[in-house]
Amino acid sequence: MTLDFSVVTGAWQSLLLGTVGTLFLAFSGMALAMIIGVLGVVILRMQLRLPSLLVNAFIEIVRNTPFLVQIFFLFFALPLAGIRLNPTLTAILALGVNGGAYAIEIIRGGVESVPKGQTEAGLALGLHKHEVFRLIVLKPALRAIYPSLSSQFILLTLTTAICTSISAYELTSVGQRIEAETFRSFEVYFTLTGIYLVISLVTMWLLAAIGRRAFSYPQR
Amino acid sequence: MTEPNSARNATAPMIEMRHVEKFYGPFHALKDVNLTVAKGEKIVLCGPSGSGKSTLIRCINHLESIKSGEITVAGHRLSDSQKAVDAVRREVGMVFQQFNLFPHKTVLENCILAPMRVRGLSRAEAEATGRKYLERVRIGDQAAKYPAQLSGGQQQRVAIARALCMEPMAMLFDEPTSALDPEMVKEVLDTMVLLARDGMTMICVTHEMGFARQVADRVIFMADGAIVEENDPESFFRAPAHARTRAFLGEILHH
Repeated sequence: MTLDFSVVTGAWQSLLLGTVGTLFLAFSGMALAMIIGVLGVVILRMQLRLPSLLVNAFIEIVRNTPFLVQIFFLFFALPLAGIRLNPTLTAILALGVNGGAYAIEIIRGGVESVPKGQTEAGLALGLHKHEVFRLIVLKPALRAIYPSLSSQFILLTLTTAICTSISAYELTSVGQRIEAETFRSFEVYFTLTGIYLVISLVTMWLLAAIGRRAFSYPQR
Repeated sequence: MTEPNSARNATAPMIEMRHVEKFYGPFHALKDVNLTVAKGEKIVLCGPSGSGKSTLIRCINHLESIKSGEITVAGHRLSDSQKAVDAVRREVGMVFQQFNLFPHKTVLENCILAPMRVRGLSRAEAEATGRKYLERVRIGDQAAKYPAQLSGGQQQRVAIARALCMEPMAMLFDEPTSALDPEMVKEVLDTMVLLARDGMTMICVTHEMGFARQVADRVIFMADGAIVEENDPESFFRAPAHARTRAFLGEILHH
């Protein structure tokens, strides 16, 4: 068997665009997951029965069903609810919802790791509960769980490949198109593997750099 | 909410607890506690662990809620309403055993957070206040450091400065030297003595009997959630009335 990587090198522009699409999905998904994660924890902390029940049900549903099914569900369910989103936005939503459910669990653990004395000191100074959470508890909590959150986000980055199933614009869909046109399956997937590896490593490095910057204060 | 009334406040107690009862589940943590603290008075609260002394002072700023009884602080009657709690917490500073400085904020940021949020000071005003009190606890040169870069004694002095930045009318100390290495106890006690000399109303839960002798107007001994005995320090140490007080003093003074 002869290998012909010219089909890949010739399509470098499409692959680059696909890579940009993947990064866009990944980082938008992370941002949404982060928002859902913090919001979920805020709701759980209010300790109201119904909202807590809904958040916990959300977590269980998302964590116990396949992402492929979730993304198809959103893709077909949203139009039924009268919401029309293009595939890319649907993909971001699916990634954010999926990552958000895991983020809630992770951040909840972080919040529990912050000593109770921190909250008491804030309250004793006259701050209100929500101020204490936002200004005193949140940052040390995120610092404590930043490594787990980072690996969750790497997982989310790799999950973007599944978004090809609703034809969102990203790297795997570009690869599939090249493969369909050239039948050079090995060359295409070999190249995709390499690109995903680089994306993951760069993302990991980037998240670590963000972490070092955001959590630069010394730990006792 | 009571209006400030100088004629009344001059004579009214700073802190008053009447028939306070507190439970943790079935555990009776405070039993009919009555305590009146005048403006400028210094109280030292001691007793064996689990006797309710920490619980008592934590009720004063509503870190713990009570089952029944009345607590009035600087004319504000405490209840479960957020407004009453806010009013009381604005007037009462608290220093904890574990310092509880915010690790992600510098020393100065620790000091300005509440004055800006709660008192509504501008950053410049809050920083001026912060620097003033950091100087007062002789730690002004550490303002830009993070808590983790300071020794325990320095951290506790920052915690005192942080509470003072709210310019409280009274201060509560919950075993402020118990988590410190022995060589750092003195610097914190010296700071507290300084504060006492300035006329601050103070309730201190502590086993530092030297501090009690030097500063306290009254020493109160608690056991099993009740106030057993209270007296001026001289009489308290010389002639404790109750057997439990004598046993307790015998144990802590023989170290």
